[in-house]
Amino acid sequence: MPNIVVLVKQVPDTYSERKLSDSDHTLDRESADAVLDEINERAVEEALLIKEAQGGEVTVLSVGPDRATEAIRKALSMGADKAIHVSDPALHGACLLQTTKVLAAAIGKVDSVDLVIAGNEATDGRGGTIPAMLAEVLGYPQLTHARKVTIDGGAITVERETDAGLTHLQANLPAVISVGEKINEPRYPSFKGIMAAKKKPVDTLTVADLGIDASEVGLASASSAVLEATPKPPRAAGQRVEDAGDGGSKIAAYLVGEKLI
Amino acid sequence: MSEVLVLVDEIGGEVKKVTFELLTAAREIGEPAAVVVAAPGTAAKVKESLASYGAAKVYVAESDDVAAYLVTPKVDVLASLVAAKSPAAVLVAATAEGKEVAGRLAVRTGSGILIEAVGVESTGGEVVGVQGIFGGAFTVKSKVTKGTPIVTIRPGGVDAVEAQGAAAEEIVEVPAADAAKATKITGQEPIVGGDRPELTEASIVVSGGRGVGSAEKFEVVEKLADALGAAVGASRAAVDSGYYPAQFQVGQTGKTVSPQLYVALGISGAIQHRAGMQTSKTIVAVNKDPEAPIFEIADFGVVGDLFAVAPQLTEEVGKRKG
Ligand SMILES: Cc1cc2nc3c(=O)[nH]c(=O)nc-3n(C[C@H](O)[C@H](O)[C@H](O)COP(=O)(O)OP(=O)(O)OC[C@H]3O[C@@H](n4cnc5c(N)ncnc54)[C@H](O)[C@@H]3O)c2cc1C
Ligand SMILES: Nc1ncnc2c1ncn2[C@@H]1O[C@H](COP(=O)(O)O)[C@@H](O)[C@H]1O
Repeated sequence: MPNIVVLVKQVPDTYSERKLSDSDHTLDRESADAVLDEINERAVEEALLIKEAQGGEVTVLSVGPDRATEAIRKALSMGADKAIHVSDPALHGACLLQTTKVLAAAIGKVDSVDLVIAGNEATDGRGGTIPAMLAEVLGYPQLTHARKVTIDGGAITVERETDAGLTHLQANLPAVISVGEKINEPRYPSFKGIMAAKKKPVDTLTVADLGIDASEVGLASASSAVLEATPKPPRAAGQRVEDAGDGGSKIAAYLVGEKLI
Repeated sequence: MSEVLVLVDEIGGEVKKVTFELLTAAREIGEPAAVVVAAPGTAAKVKESLASYGAAKVYVAESDDVAAYLVTPKVDVLASLVAAKSPAAVLVAATAEGKEVAGRLAVRTGSGILIEAVGVESTGGEVVGVQGIFGGAFTVKSKVTKGTPIVTIRPGGVDAVEAQGAAAEEIVEVPAADAAKATKITGQEPIVGGDRPELTEASIVVSGGRGVGSAEKFEVVEKLADALGAAVGASRAAVDSGYYPAQFQVGQTGKTVSPQLYVALGISGAIQHRAGMQTSKTIVAVNKDPEAPIFEIADFGVVGDLFAVAPQLTEEVGKRKG
């Protein structure tokens, strides 16, 4: 009966324009629509599949501003049991190390965790580092970029898929896993699920509730700092021609002119 | 000059191009020291090529454990070198594994991490990383304020330039794995690359989109790629429609490429596709829709049928090669 924590993150919708705030170069979260990260939906789905087969409880965890409640509700309406939302103005501008530390402390609030499931990479930052960092902090084995997960008692096996190919992994629980795009098809929340989600407990915590001093997190004490941010001038359109039976030859001539062939 | 550690990315004794890019970047901020964490016998095979890109030192950490455990042996070795050598920075390729190694190393050493840099510079004695974010829409310069700067560098972000290095070897121990916390590797099926260059390493990429129409017709894309000595890429719509395997997807949820030349065939140019290719030096697009957004960023665009234009281009390229 594995106790599972699923990490979910609200990200700006990539269909809307993303900006950096002028004042401190952090993500201007108000300027973009926000959605539950697509890969995170698969992380929730995987947790639910494990629970359906083996029992246990699924806790959703998100560290992020108030708006992250939308992502949490979506996960609860898919079928997760309860949620922890760490929301604190002190977290504004937190770096990867601080976010990891807060996630680890929040996971510590959940009783006897067997498995932590994350997405392999969020679509906003293209980090793909948090799950491994979390494994390091928690001292758990990491089984990341999973396209298949099998749990058998205290043992877990994963098929890892990356650029490099497939790797078969094996470790003992408790463990941190991250799931890739191909692991499953996330379910749509049912009407019943959406109604039920409204009554599920969401524990909203500040960093102080986690025993972390506000001065240890956020922009001022972050381990990296943005010095300057410049919007790139948008790429200008170059030449465009209609194909009149010689389009291929014209490209070839252009490439020769540019010394590309 | 202080040392800059560069984690060597290799397969079976063959060094990946990104390692040469990292060694080139390292020379901007200090003296490159290549770190080989691999199976016994690897350093002998890779030493010469590391020397030819300016590695002053080669740390040799060889053990059978490296292939037996995921990620942590590399973290263990780098952490011991960070403690022993106080390097100016640690550079790691921003591959799936590289990002994980870098992230864990940052935790282990209490250091800040800069991700997906496309270059590093030294400003007033500080290491500054240059990053393109939101698919290249912003250029950001950042620095690390704690510990040793750990920087992951995007493949193709830096142009590799040769330089002679002494490649003086020094043996480093691979600490024994803590079996309880480590993840065992029980099997590996590396992607067999075929004859084409790897997508993120290629200097030319030819990609096909939904406009290609079917898996069979992707041959048109492949033929042009082969004539140009290019890698083949695909849009997500082409991948989702089953025309081409997912590992070749370019874009926000696929690979980021930054080649000298990117050719887009039958791709509309959605923002998520552009996020993975708009930092290419030159972009050529063929699309039958004159309104397709790909033309907004193309240096040279042809409004026309890709099945007429691409084969003609393939033939022209073939003729020139004679
Ligand atoms: C969160 C998220 C992540 C995403 N990630 C990615 C990603 O990583 N990569 C990616 O590519 N997309 C991604 N997408 C999808 C993206 O939004 C587009 O749907 C996709 O890029 C469209 O692919 P396409 O251009 O091949 O197809 P379409 O938009 O259907 O365009 C096909 C084009 O082919 C042209 N055409 C048709 N026939 C011919 C012909 N015979 N000759 C010439 N031209 C022809 C048409 O005019 C059209 O412009 C993502 C979407 C989301 C929501
Ligand atoms: N602030 C956060 N709150 C909850 N989960 C997170 C947060 N940041 C990252 N994650 C998890 O880590 C995964 C990888 O994120 P990243 O390393 O940022 O690409 C995401 O898919 C989430 O599952």
